[in-house]
Amino acid sequence: MKRVVITGMGIWSCLGKSLDEVRDSLYTGRSGIILDPERKAMGFRSGLTAKVEIPDLKKELSRSQRAYMPEQAKYAYCATVEALRNAHIDQDYLDKHDVGLLYGNDSSADPTVRAVDTIREKHDTTLCGSGAIFQSMNSTVTMNLGTIFRLRGINLTVSGACASGAHAIGLGALLIQTGLQDMIVCGGAQEVNPFSIGSFDGISAFSVRENEPEKASRPFDRDRDGLVPGGGAATVIIEEYEHAVKRGAPILAEVLGYGFSANGEHISSPNVEGPSKSLRMAIQRAGIDIREIGYINAHATSTHVGDTNEAKAIYNVFQNQRTEVTSTKSQTGHEMWMAGASEIIYSMLMMKNDFIGANINFENPDEDSAKLLIPNKRIDKHFDTFLSNSFGFGGTNATLVVRNM
Amino acid sequence: MNKQELIAKVNAVLAEEFEVDEAIITPEANIKQTLELDSLSLVDMVALIDNEFAVKIPTTELSKLQTFEALYNYLEEKTNA
Repeated sequence: MKRVVITGMGIWSCLGKSLDEVRDSLYTGRSGIILDPERKAMGFRSGLTAKVEIPDLKKELSRSQRAYMPEQAKYAYCATVEALRNAHIDQDYLDKHDVGLLYGNDSSADPTVRAVDTIREKHDTTLCGSGAIFQSMNSTVTMNLGTIFRLRGINLTVSGACASGAHAIGLGALLIQTGLQDMIVCGGAQEVNPFSIGSFDGISAFSVRENEPEKASRPFDRDRDGLVPGGGAATVIIEEYEHAVKRGAPILAEVLGYGFSANGEHISSPNVEGPSKSLRMAIQRAGIDIREIGYINAHATSTHVGDTNEAKAIYNVFQNQRTEVTSTKSQTGHEMWMAGASEIIYSMLMMKNDFIGANINFENPDEDSAKLLIPNKRIDKHFDTFLSNSFGFGGTNATLVVRNM
Repeated sequence: MNKQELIAKVNAVLAEEFEVDEAIITPEANIKQTLELDSLSLVDMVALIDNEFAVKIPTTELSKLQTFEALYNYLEEKTNA
């Protein structure tokens, strides 16, 4: 099997619009969460959200290119420009090689709702405009990035709920390991508009700690009361090792293991067995001893049952190993379709800069989180291998193990 | 709105939407060529005209509107009707 390495990263998130900005936010423990009055006016139970700026791409892209892009495709474009630049890949390279594209995305609500509103109001489908169909499809991110960057390898959107981004990287790694692709642009994108999560708010999944937005997302804390929705996009360039060496690419890390499983039970409540299986599979495929893992980036979203069951799953596998565990969602909220990719980047930034960012708002453990080593203050520490969990509705689980290079 | 005002508004909204210099829009110029419209962005022109002038251009009429002059005349007729 061929080795898979990471040669470029890029991000657009509530913690920053570049790797440097995001690194600084992780280092200082800055929260990206705000209270959005528009959501309250719309009748939301919780108006909490991550604050993500929609990029103005008028100077970078033509009108016709922008016309087909919903907000999450714009985030993904910016993240991908940064990742390709860092990987030392230009358009000439993309034009001469079959580069693939696997991106996590699992909704595109805003353009869908707007088109339906137009049809209902005007009774004329032409008035939806030319962009609506391309913006509304679940594969909108991969169809936009694929055409803008003229990519000619595998081109697929991975929809695995809140594990979409992690599955995209894991599946990309498998395609490279088996020699089917030399390079794949992987990632995850998440829209932030109110329409996208209105019905999610409706099932009382969100924190209502509206008087303290920055304290609302508190994974593993005893007093957590739900997640905070977030978004943006994260891009990771993965590449076959020898290929990367040959072209003199900056080799940042190796994707050692991808584990996956499904719970096969409840649509929203996770169990312990499924995630445990995903963790074990990733570690086994990485071929490492768990003592080599210096940091665990948990999926933990700040929901009661989710965090509890993940804490149990991590303890099942790591027992008394006491590896530091944090959930970067304490700062970002839940970046959902993007999270599996962004959390690889957050972990990479910490690994490359010798620190583990605080699991902010972790003030009091509960019975299960007490068994884990969860720092609520930044730790300055060198580590060379991390594990990242991503779990999603329907009981889909993904785990990635990454080693520094 | 008199015809001069209509022409000014048509030129302004089209130039802004399709990101062209308003100066290149002349009565005899070809709409598709001037605004660089393909079959998809032509749909956006129909939606824009509907939004701005409350005039729906049927697909069957669209092919007859080759120049801006033809579009001005069509809109003048429909808005005065």
